[in-house]
Amino acid sequence: MSINATLLIQIIAFVLLIWFVNKVLWGPLSKLMEDRQKKIADGLSAAEKGKHELELAEQRAKEVLKDAKSQAQNILGLAEKRGSEIVEDAKVKAAEEADRIKASAHAEIEQEVSRAREELRKEVAALVVSGAEKILNKEVDAAAHNNMLEALVKSI
Amino acid sequence: MSAEKMGTVEYIQHHLQNASVCSADNINATTGLCEGFWTFNMDTIIVSFLLGALMIFVSARLGKQLETGKPGGFQNFVESILDFVATNVRDAFPGHNPLIAPLALTIFIWVWLMNFMDLIPVDLVPWLYQLIIGDPHAHLKIVPTTDLNTSLAMAVTVFALILYYNIKIKGLGGFLKMFLFHPFGKFFIPVNVVMTFIEEISKPLSLALRLFGNLFAGELVFLLIALIGGTLAVGAAALFWAPLQILLDFGWLVFHLLVITLQAFIFMVLTIVYLGMAHDEGH
Repeated sequence: MSINATLLIQIIAFVLLIWFVNKVLWGPLSKLMEDRQKKIADGLSAAEKGKHELELAEQRAKEVLKDAKSQAQNILGLAEKRGSEIVEDAKVKAAEEADRIKASAHAEIEQEVSRAREELRKEVAALVVSGAEKILNKEVDAAAHNNMLEALVKSI
Repeated sequence: MSAEKMGTVEYIQHHLQNASVCSADNINATTGLCEGFWTFNMDTIIVSFLLGALMIFVSARLGKQLETGKPGGFQNFVESILDFVATNVRDAFPGHNPLIAPLALTIFIWVWLMNFMDLIPVDLVPWLYQLIIGDPHAHLKIVPTTDLNTSLAMAVTVFALILYYNIKIKGLGGFLKMFLFHPFGKFFIPVNVVMTFIEEISKPLSLALRLFGNLFAGELVFLLIALIGGTLAVGAAALFWAPLQILLDFGWLVFHLLVITLQAFIFMVLTIVYLGMAHDEGH
């Protein structure tokens, strides 16, 4: 129970133990714990950043979608307009075509009519001449009376 | 058990005697015990060395398989002790000194382990030891902290650090000034020297004596409880005394679990605080 040389040995043991504990336990383990703390903090800040970026991306996506929608709307409107334009154009063209066809048909009819009239006139003239011959019983000099006949035919 | 062949006083005295080694000149002729300074308490030395070696061995084993990502159960346990010590150092120690935290950790774990030896039944290890070496009167005391040498050794080491940092931080002049002009100013220099000397020397003494006193007293109470079933009860009376002994032993054991932890903690915290005071410039 008295103080003796054990004291010296215990002092040496204590000092050695402090040194060892620092070397094998405190040093590595506290460094590891610090590293882990840093890692966790880094991870948390990274997650925060990621969340923020995700928000931004979502916003961006929304904007792009909105843009696309409005563009599609535009294109649709344009296409509709163009379609109605084409229809209108076709209508006008068709009407023109119809008019043209009608006009050419008219002209043809006119031509046909005038030709028929000419023919008829000639036949009437011939008929009149032959009738007059018969009436007169006498050869009428067609050439001599051509002028008169001509005038006659024209009055028909 | 040896207790039955001895008187109560002899039993206790026998148990409080270290297994000492000294040169033949220092052995007292009448008692056969070692005397004088050059005596080595082998039980104290061996047990404390074994516990220290256990600490180093376990630390080294743990150090090889440290996991940063997902620490296992034991690493978690050690980490929480480390964190506990680090928190105490942060709270009680101003500034930064890389020595303080390992020192505090060493004190806490080593003192706790040595104190823990107190929870092993008081007769068990001595009885085994006597059986092995074949001497029924051999001495063995397995709680190193009930040896004043152990607690004083740590206190002296801490005191040496206190002096070292006092001189390192304040300079030799500042250290002397602390002795001469503190706490009463320059007109009371002799009083100041005595006061400061007492203040400084009380630090290691309070560290050493508190730990030693608590553990020594605890050991004594364990011995007294052990006596209930041992010498007091013979024959049929043991039927009554033995359960009482078990009950008391258990109660004191549970209480002592608190005491050994508290004493280790107090030693650690006071070391931190004293060293913090040594670092305090304005003191």
